[in-house]
Amino acid sequence: MNMVRNHVLISIDANTIIAGARAVEDALIKEIARQGLSQEIVVLETGSVGIEDQGVVLVVYPEGIYYTNITPAEVPELVEEHLLKGRVVHRLMLKETPKRFVITKEKTGLMKEQPRIVLKNCGFINPESIDEAIAADGYQAAAKALSSMKPDEIIAEVKHAGLTGRGGAAFPTGLKWEFASKVDNPVKYIVCNADEGEPGTFKDRLILEGDPHKLIESMIIGGYATGATKGFVYIRGEYELSIERLEKAIADARSYGLLGTNIFDSGFDFDITVMKGAGAYVCGEETALIESIEGKRGHPRNKPPYPITAGLWGKPTIVNNVETLSNIPEIILKGAENFKKYGTEKCSGTKVYTILGHVATPGLIETEMGTTLRDIIFEYGGGIKDGKRFKCALVGGAAGAFLGPDMLDVKMDFVNLREYAAALGSGAILVMDEDTDIVDMLKSVLHFFKHESCGHCVPCRLGTARLVELIDRIAASKGTSKDVEGLTRISETMKDTSFCPLGQSLILPVSSSLKYFKDEILARVQ
Amino acid sequence: MTTLTIDGQKVQVEQGATILQAALKAKIHIPTLCYLSEVQAIGACRVCLVEVEGNRALQAACVFPATEGIVVITNNERVRKARKFSVEMLISNHPMDCLTCARNLNCELQKIAEELGVREVRFPGEKSKGGIDELSPSIRRDQGKCILCRRCVTVCQNIQTVTALFAQGRGFETKVGPAYDESINDIACTNCGQCSLVCPVGAITEKSSIDDVWDALSDPSKFVVVQDAPAVRAALGEEFGYPPGTLVTGKMLAAVRKLGFDRVFDTNFTADLTIIEEGNELIKRIKEGGTLPLITSCSPGWIKFIEHFYPDLLPHLSTCKSPQQMLGALAKTYYAEKEGINPKDMVVVSVMPCTAKKFECDRPEMTDSGYKDVDYVLTTRELARMIKQAGIEFNKLEDGEYDAPMGEYTGAATLFGATGGVMEAALRTAYEVLTGKTLENLDFIGVRGLKGIKEAIVPVEGVGDVKVAVAHGLGNARKLMERLKEGTADYHFIEVMACPGGCVGGGGQPIPVNYEIRQLRAEALYQEDRDMPRRKSHENPAVTRLYEEFLKTPLGEKSHHLLHTKYKARGV
Repeated sequence: MNMVRNHVLISIDANTIIAGARAVEDALIKEIARQGLSQEIVVLETGSVGIEDQGVVLVVYPEGIYYTNITPAEVPELVEEHLLKGRVVHRLMLKETPKRFVITKEKTGLMKEQPRIVLKNCGFINPESIDEAIAADGYQAAAKALSSMKPDEIIAEVKHAGLTGRGGAAFPTGLKWEFASKVDNPVKYIVCNADEGEPGTFKDRLILEGDPHKLIESMIIGGYATGATKGFVYIRGEYELSIERLEKAIADARSYGLLGTNIFDSGFDFDITVMKGAGAYVCGEETALIESIEGKRGHPRNKPPYPITAGLWGKPTIVNNVETLSNIPEIILKGAENFKKYGTEKCSGTKVYTILGHVATPGLIETEMGTTLRDIIFEYGGGIKDGKRFKCALVGGAAGAFLGPDMLDVKMDFVNLREYAAALGSGAILVMDEDTDIVDMLKSVLHFFKHESCGHCVPCRLGTARLVELIDRIAASKGTSKDVEGLTRISETMKDTSFCPLGQSLILPVSSSLKYFKDEILARVQ
Repeated sequence: MTTLTIDGQKVQVEQGATILQAALKAKIHIPTLCYLSEVQAIGACRVCLVEVEGNRALQAACVFPATEGIVVITNNERVRKARKFSVEMLISNHPMDCLTCARNLNCELQKIAEELGVREVRFPGEKSKGGIDELSPSIRRDQGKCILCRRCVTVCQNIQTVTALFAQGRGFETKVGPAYDESINDIACTNCGQCSLVCPVGAITEKSSIDDVWDALSDPSKFVVVQDAPAVRAALGEEFGYPPGTLVTGKMLAAVRKLGFDRVFDTNFTADLTIIEEGNELIKRIKEGGTLPLITSCSPGWIKFIEHFYPDLLPHLSTCKSPQQMLGALAKTYYAEKEGINPKDMVVVSVMPCTAKKFECDRPEMTDSGYKDVDYVLTTRELARMIKQAGIEFNKLEDGEYDAPMGEYTGAATLFGATGGVMEAALRTAYEVLTGKTLENLDFIGVRGLKGIKEAIVPVEGVGDVKVAVAHGLGNARKLMERLKEGTADYHFIEVMACPGGCVGGGGQPIPVNYEIRQLRAEALYQEDRDMPRRKSHENPAVTRLYEEFLKTPLGEKSHHLLHTKYKARGV
């Protein structure tokens, strides 16, 4: 038997692939062989380790050293120095090297102690290996649920845990499942919404790229609890690697008997189909998503009826977000009480955030509900880049609110932010430094909405067009104060009149930017 | 039953009703725009917004279920502002060439803007790209005027099952039209014109032939003949303020004569003739084992539909031309000879409840007289416009008369304008011809009315049971054709009309049309039938004379040449 001295984890996700991870991986394997280390050093692929925007990332175990921005040119030196001679290459190391994910006691940086429920295995296991997933407790919760729990016990546990929808709406998941389970219909569907379209949000992609089996397991449990025997994952078409890994994971699960008929000898049948989205933001809205799965134009439906009573092909349909579902195995395995240890009184559990913009270390983190914006930006994000001052953060994607310095210490969860007329939304935190032009930011947000409006209802189809015209005039210093007023007038009325949440949510970026930066915006107009 | 409160008033409605329906019942008016009863309720225009207690945003009354106990407010500052905003937004994207628009003064956007008191467009801006498609002889589309209400899409897809129009693109770039920006002339469109009936604005209209007809009337070298279809007389009055269902045959005749037509004929004359030709065709097919069921061929929207979608079933179609085309062919042969008019100088104009007739008269095979059999087709709407342009005070006209011989008709012919009418007329004649007995009760109630597919069995002595079916609206026609393909439609004779309600609900009729109006117009035709001295096609003396003087015998050589036609498979 070989004695393996070092494991080198290489992060293979959509970003690192673009940065050249495959070439680095190749070079690494060849160099290790060339230096005769193939018996002692193993290279493993994994998903995102949570560090974004820093090129190709490697983690060397057992030391837990993070190397970033690696190119094939650095590989010979790295192999010789670290892997052969045992000397860490400080020049290439992540500045604040964390020791391990969950147990780290580091006080700063992305790897600051994170209670990882959703991301537990991300950046740690090989997402393309079902064996590694199983070794990391994968499918244990499903086994427990299907062999020793009744559907209503599962629902009670999820309800008790207080899990709410992580896609933005924060609807209690247990309640949704309970409604669905009570609908009397032999055919029900469970749909995972992986059409992550909110600008700046890529958490679901990294969850899917890093641990696709957790989602499959969660859907099995959800299906069993609600009586749905067919699952769909509606996934952004651009998420090629997620689709590839998820499809492989589904195939592997099928071959292990974890999908298909009579799973865990429980008599329960379940299978999953992956559906690719075609790039419309509105398809993240659950009823538009359902229309799209049915092969129709991505337009939202009238509600009521809600999907829970009449969804996909008119059948009762449960729609849950990727992150929401990925909490389920932990709740089943360790119980609701354990889950409630995390988070705030009104919002239990954790939240996965993507931190980007003018921060020192952009990336993916999971932290307890109730973590302040200050902690997220300054502790996990490493503070503002280049020593500049914080101006504001756009929280929750384009349909979110700009939060200024006075919001830095507000405990962030779904309930609390609502009181400040903001929303946690998708969990994207776009940080802006003092030099950011707020008019430009708002312009880009409004252009996004004009582009993504589905065109079904009048207020959104034409309101977004008019908003863009106003902000373009303001940005070109050709506007008037009436144009600034117009921004509020239109977006406020759209909130009251639009067909779906897309048009209803423009008020958030508009009113919040005006709340903090009215003078700056007015300075641009005559 | 469900009880809800609207504006403080308790309202009881059937389970499944919407707030709009409940309000209607309570006599509370909620303005609407994209909603169209019997066609669609999609909550897109956001004009029917109301406040529903407990809901964060305003709700569209046309789709929101009237659920037990809900409290609705239809009139407060918030609601009024919201409705006005939607209309203001629509106007900000509208060409505003109202004064020159075909729908000026009969435009739902104008009406709603007035109703809601929109006096200002606070946010003017870029307008959607326009584009006019007028390649089709029947339908004209003006993209720039479209307000994306989608009624045309819904009527074409759900009621007619033709699906020629779609919403395409996204957001501000959204537009409605045939796939890949094709012209409506180049796709599987039946020209039925139901889209033009439901369009709230001037985005879809008939392709107008008014100028051509004025030109012909002003040309002293032309002998201009007009024919009016039966359904026109039951609807034209609506354009002049008469309630739906007012029969204006006499005034219409006086008006067209005042317009300057040299002869005023009636399509009903050739409707009677159709019964003779088609009846004989049916008897021949039954006796000689021809393709059955025989299916009527007078609706050109239906003809194009079967050519596109059911080409295999074309042998079922009667080879009879439509009454419009028969009259055109006879005018330029029989009548021209009789009166010594050079058919080259004759112009035949039809007034039809129909947009598809415009396409029909352009079909290359419709030239059996040696000339274009029918030169121009005007819709009922266009005729009304011409009457107005001529300064004719329609309401004050004394009743006029038709010209002989092709103005004479029976009550059976006038039934052609309502669904089931051709069938009823055919049954009256077939019964008497086959049995040699006088029919006691002329009214075949079973084929009347607005049920989608109607069936009847008529026992005929010496022949046995004659089984018939009637479909109106192409969606119903499709259902019947599917049954025919399956082999479960063992009828002898089928009548199909492309438009719901038959020609009274035709694509060229006055706007608006709904089921109630269709019913009233049909009633007017049944009334005319009841009041006629002759009510069976074979009793039309002018038709008898036509055979004696010219055609000789039904299905004879002349008939074959002038009155019958062929069809072609078009595919989709």
